[in-house]
Amino acid sequence: MTIAIEARNVMFSFGRTPALRGASIAVESGEILAIMGPSGSGKSTLLHCLAGILVPGSGEVLFDGARVDSMTEAERSRLRRDRFGFVFQFGQLVPELTAVENVALPLLFGGVRRTEALRKAYGWFERLGMDGMEQRRSGELSGGQAQRVALARGLVAGPKVLFADEPTGALDSLTSEQVMDLLVAVAREQGTTVVLVTHEPRVAACADREVIVRDGRVNAPDRIAS
Amino acid sequence: MNVPVTLLGLLEREPSHGYDLKREYDAYFGRGKPLPFGQVYSTLSRLARDGKVVISEVGPGDGPDRKRYVITDLGATEVEQWLTQPVEPEPHLQTVLFAKVVLALMLDRPAGEYLDTQRRAHLQRMRELTEIKRTGGLVDALLADHGLYHLEADLRWIEMTGARLDALKKEVRP
Repeated sequence: MTIAIEARNVMFSFGRTPALRGASIAVESGEILAIMGPSGSGKSTLLHCLAGILVPGSGEVLFDGARVDSMTEAERSRLRRDRFGFVFQFGQLVPELTAVENVALPLLFGGVRRTEALRKAYGWFERLGMDGMEQRRSGELSGGQAQRVALARGLVAGPKVLFADEPTGALDSLTSEQVMDLLVAVAREQGTTVVLVTHEPRVAACADREVIVRDGRVNAPDRIAS
Repeated sequence: MNVPVTLLGLLEREPSHGYDLKREYDAYFGRGKPLPFGQVYSTLSRLARDGKVVISEVGPGDGPDRKRYVITDLGATEVEQWLTQPVEPEPHLQTVLFAKVVLALMLDRPAGEYLDTQRRAHLQRMRELTEIKRTGGLVDALLADHGLYHLEADLRWIEMTGARLDALKKEVRP
């Protein structure tokens, strides 16, 4: 099995406050990994370092064997746009755009022509269980619907890795389950590697494996057979 | 509650008399359900028969009895195995987990590591139940949900306990 993304002894501080104190983690290609841990343990910071949003103070981050931590801002930006997808706790849809335009955004940023991007984006709505809602804006969607649109936006360009930070944190149990079912099903189909930060055991149970971040370090002594 | 191994755990701290063992057991683990004297002595007799404790006739403790019980290597191994093996994840195991945590702290063992092991066992069971939900019918899903919510409650207790280990240690190892 090949490693898709890896952090080696990563340190990161917010000013004088250390958030990661030598965190190491390797995620296999196609694996769905849950990162758990108490509030303030550094789990979101670790996700941001893996995704090239934050640059570690020391240590290495590797994607497909290439050093992410030593890339320029422009290179990391391209990497995030072309190879990574993102889902956050609150969908963070662009409120001025319709649902279908939101889904199409990564394709448009990637240079796909508008008609083609929208055609592909429309194709997602039946799967989302949201047929007929393509033209709604985020204010006209429920939390669960907005999060499903955000998930489609994160996956529409076929990213190699999807980073999801508390993707169900703002949802009730049933809606949370629907979002996770969709995430897992699409990730499996596309072979997408998923790095999922969550404090919810039921969400972590959808992953192949979990690691615990505590005091800025990763506690992952062994691999659990799936 | 697993009385024999809990008594063994108390004996691993220091050799003790039946009367003192009962008093300690009731204080930490009895919680409104004191251990009858008869059960204390019958359990200690079985442990002696099985070679997990030996009896040394040293002076009396706080009570009238003169038998002093000392844990053997076999008994200590049983305590070690019991502490390190995760409990089969099922509802209503909190009392067993509770006893493990308290004894581990008393014996200055890595209670946090035991909780981590238990968390992994719980999450593995939750993964199995999640798979049942994914592949089964609605009735299967309802049953699996029942298990998932109980396991989730245990995990919340594990998290809370993990965050309080230092404070708990001060309370059980004054």
